[in-house]
Amino acid sequence: MPVPRCSGPCGGVRPAALRRPRTGGAVCRSCFCNAFEAEVLSTLQTGRLLPPGAVVAVGASGGKDSTVLAHVLRALDARHGLALDLHLVAVDEGIGGYRDAALAAVRRQAGRWRLPLTVVAYADLFGGWTMDEVARRAAQEPGRARACCTFCGVLRRRALEEGAQRVGATHIVTGHNADDMAETVLMNFLRGDSGRLARGGTLGSPGEGGALPRCRPLQFASQKEIVLYAHFQELDYFSEECVYAPEAFRGHVRDLLKALEAARPSVVLDLVHSAERLALAPAARPPPPGACTRCGALSSRSLCQACALLDGLNRGRPRLAIGKGRKGLGEEGEKQSCTSKDSSGGPSRAGAIQAF
Amino acid sequence: MCQVGEDYGGPGPAELQPKLPWRGCEQKCMKCKEGLPVLIIRAGDAFCKDCFKAYYVHKFRAMLGKNRLVFPGEKVLLAWSGGPSSSSMIWQVQEGLSRESAKRLRFVPGIIYIDEGAVCGQSPEERAKTVVEMKLILQTIAFPYHIVSLEEVFNLPTSVLQPVSQGPRGFENTYKEAVDGFIQQQQQQQQRAPEEGGGEAVLSDEQIQEKLRQLSTQDPVGQEEVAGDSLPRPAQTTALMTLFSSVKTLTAREELLQTLRAHLILHVARVQGYTKVMLGDSCTRLAIKLMTNLALGRGAFLAWDTGFSDDRHGDVVMLRPMRDYTLKEIAFYNRMFGVPSVFTPAIDTKAPEKASIHRLMESFILRLQAQFPSTISTVYRTSEKLVKAPRNGDAAGAATARCLLCMCALDIDSTDSATAFGAQTLERLAQKLSPAPVLPTGAPGRPCCTKGTRLQPGCCRDTRPSSEREEPRASFIEQLCYSCRVNMKDVPFLEPFPPYILMESQCRSQRAWEKQEVQEFLFEESEEEALHPLGFSPQF
Repeated sequence: MPVPRCSGPCGGVRPAALRRPRTGGAVCRSCFCNAFEAEVLSTLQTGRLLPPGAVVAVGASGGKDSTVLAHVLRALDARHGLALDLHLVAVDEGIGGYRDAALAAVRRQAGRWRLPLTVVAYADLFGGWTMDEVARRAAQEPGRARACCTFCGVLRRRALEEGAQRVGATHIVTGHNADDMAETVLMNFLRGDSGRLARGGTLGSPGEGGALPRCRPLQFASQKEIVLYAHFQELDYFSEECVYAPEAFRGHVRDLLKALEAARPSVVLDLVHSAERLALAPAARPPPPGACTRCGALSSRSLCQACALLDGLNRGRPRLAIGKGRKGLGEEGEKQSCTSKDSSGGPSRAGAIQAF
Repeated sequence: MCQVGEDYGGPGPAELQPKLPWRGCEQKCMKCKEGLPVLIIRAGDAFCKDCFKAYYVHKFRAMLGKNRLVFPGEKVLLAWSGGPSSSSMIWQVQEGLSRESAKRLRFVPGIIYIDEGAVCGQSPEERAKTVVEMKLILQTIAFPYHIVSLEEVFNLPTSVLQPVSQGPRGFENTYKEAVDGFIQQQQQQQQRAPEEGGGEAVLSDEQIQEKLRQLSTQDPVGQEEVAGDSLPRPAQTTALMTLFSSVKTLTAREELLQTLRAHLILHVARVQGYTKVMLGDSCTRLAIKLMTNLALGRGAFLAWDTGFSDDRHGDVVMLRPMRDYTLKEIAFYNRMFGVPSVFTPAIDTKAPEKASIHRLMESFILRLQAQFPSTISTVYRTSEKLVKAPRNGDAAGAATARCLLCMCALDIDSTDSATAFGAQTLERLAQKLSPAPVLPTGAPGRPCCTKGTRLQPGCCRDTRPSSEREEPRASFIEQLCYSCRVNMKDVPFLEPFPPYILMESQCRSQRAWEKQEVQEFLFEESEEEALHPLGFSPQF
């Protein structure tokens, strides 16, 4: 098959290097990279995501999304004078054989781009709990290995927030792409999570109750284009799947999305559009968030999900805060007795969250 | 229902199955405690035949009673596809009408069957055979019926695409008044009956008819004959097949079929004076439809597309009374009580699983349901939390415009917004060599034919440069909602569309263009005063 000429702004000077997955247009390497960057810039500008002078904590996992995000932000900042102060914040979940390698990639990136890097570890933040240990504990309850990602996701958000606070950031950006958003919408429907459906669909949260504003500049970029961009920019990233991921429910939805995309290339953005436009009954909307009674973080209940999960772990009942199992939690009145039990039972783990 | 895929509350099927053989013999019906159970609904709920029937019938009546939308004496059109769900619905209505007076359903039903054989791969002989089979069943039911072939869309008037607005009314009060009025009227009739003889029932029916006719405003064109029983003209069948074969994907074909079917049902309902239409969507079907429509970009309209009532057309309201039944319940009921149904191929029959979004989502949900038995009920329950309201922050002006095809309020964001729509516009722009000036949302291209004339194929082609040749298409697309625009990407030509759609589209772009032309001469007064003298009726 003959290689078509580039149909982009270069005017066919160069041969095309790829077809853009969504539009099908054949473009050359530099036209593609320019267009990709211009689209991220447009998201930043039209969404008014990062004001000039913002201190931005980039959630860096070492994977393709966050690598591309950091690279694009750095390039745009230099080219368009966005006056951003970029920091990489990485979270060490303590997953043997997976996270160490990913963190090495983040360190290499930070060195190459000369960006300051902060690593926050679960072990330090959450009183000695690493993901490996959480998984071991969760596995003691039969048939519930799926819960791993539930723990990790909640704790990672908490850790990222903490890392960002440490570097004095004013904004947090994460590398979530359009595919992630589409998967999330589908999952929230399949799980009947109307609270999240009502909350989702925007480019991030404005930051309330002491939490930093978060945003997702890659929300409209498709996963395929991110991979292509990383490929053309020869970015060095870590591309292995987490050892616990294969058991996650998200896997089903991811497969579905891939099949849907084959049937209709625009389906990912169509799902994002749907999420933007969902209208939920006022009763389904979550109450305005307050603060966690234990750690002071933003929470829609008296105990934030991170504290609730840790509480369950510390009491040897890891499923306590998952699904409908919140009843056993000492959310209000029992707080006193919980702490005392903790201090007697788990030596180093008691009140770890209060420390920060 | 002791099969995989049913809605068990607690333990999975693996834990249930070994218990059944030895418990089954002595188990009694959980409702009446004496009957011999014949089936199990959900986890361990064994029902005898009578109790299952009572449970099933009650569900239907409860759905209607809870929502209080069907008024006594109202004409209701039952949309029948021949499939198990809509067949069961008709049986429920028949059952409800044959009850003793206190519990009788009080509306006046009719049935519509749309023969879609032309686009579902049926030969004329097969279609004729299906229609005969349908008629055999319809004759046993003794409701008035309308058999309409899909080809009739080529005879539809543009009024189908214009929602008829109805003033807001307090449902609670009007419903009670209507019921009281109806009962009073009936009592009066009964008192007068001995004096005047047997002609009473006919008279009251006519009165209702008359009232309904006043309610529904109709285009004069709308009176033309639609409900022809005979097979459609071959020319129209060819035109219909040309239209469908020009559509590139099965996904868009399925959506087009649903759109045309809805228009046809709406038109028949209006012409025949029906003010409600009942659709047979089951809980299972609705859960699949919800997820499908989500993937098609119809997030804004989910409450209309899958809710109990759908009032987007104004005067004719679509209802889904079967939405509480799972497909399995329906199948069991139909089998036990001999509800006849007719198998007709659908547009995606025999298509591979990956052929369309609809098929993919259907098999995904059903497979997930087999693994996680609460999938469908969870999705269904989530759908009940959706409301028919635009999200906060929508532009007030955009709320009035309706999509040409699906008739929902346009859900188009501005091209320079941080939204999925804005992002796609930008992507398309990047594709072009020199970014052509893009029309702002809602700004029409100049219409090519003069107002009121029928669109003549080719009238605005060949004489203009290629960029202008695209104009009718561009202004057509601007009248669509997000999802219909995505579908239109798979429809390369406008010409095969039925004339009523093209004419209405042209009319709208003409109106919008005229409005733009005179815009600068208008004073910025209140909208009412500024628009009415010039004849821009708030049609949509």
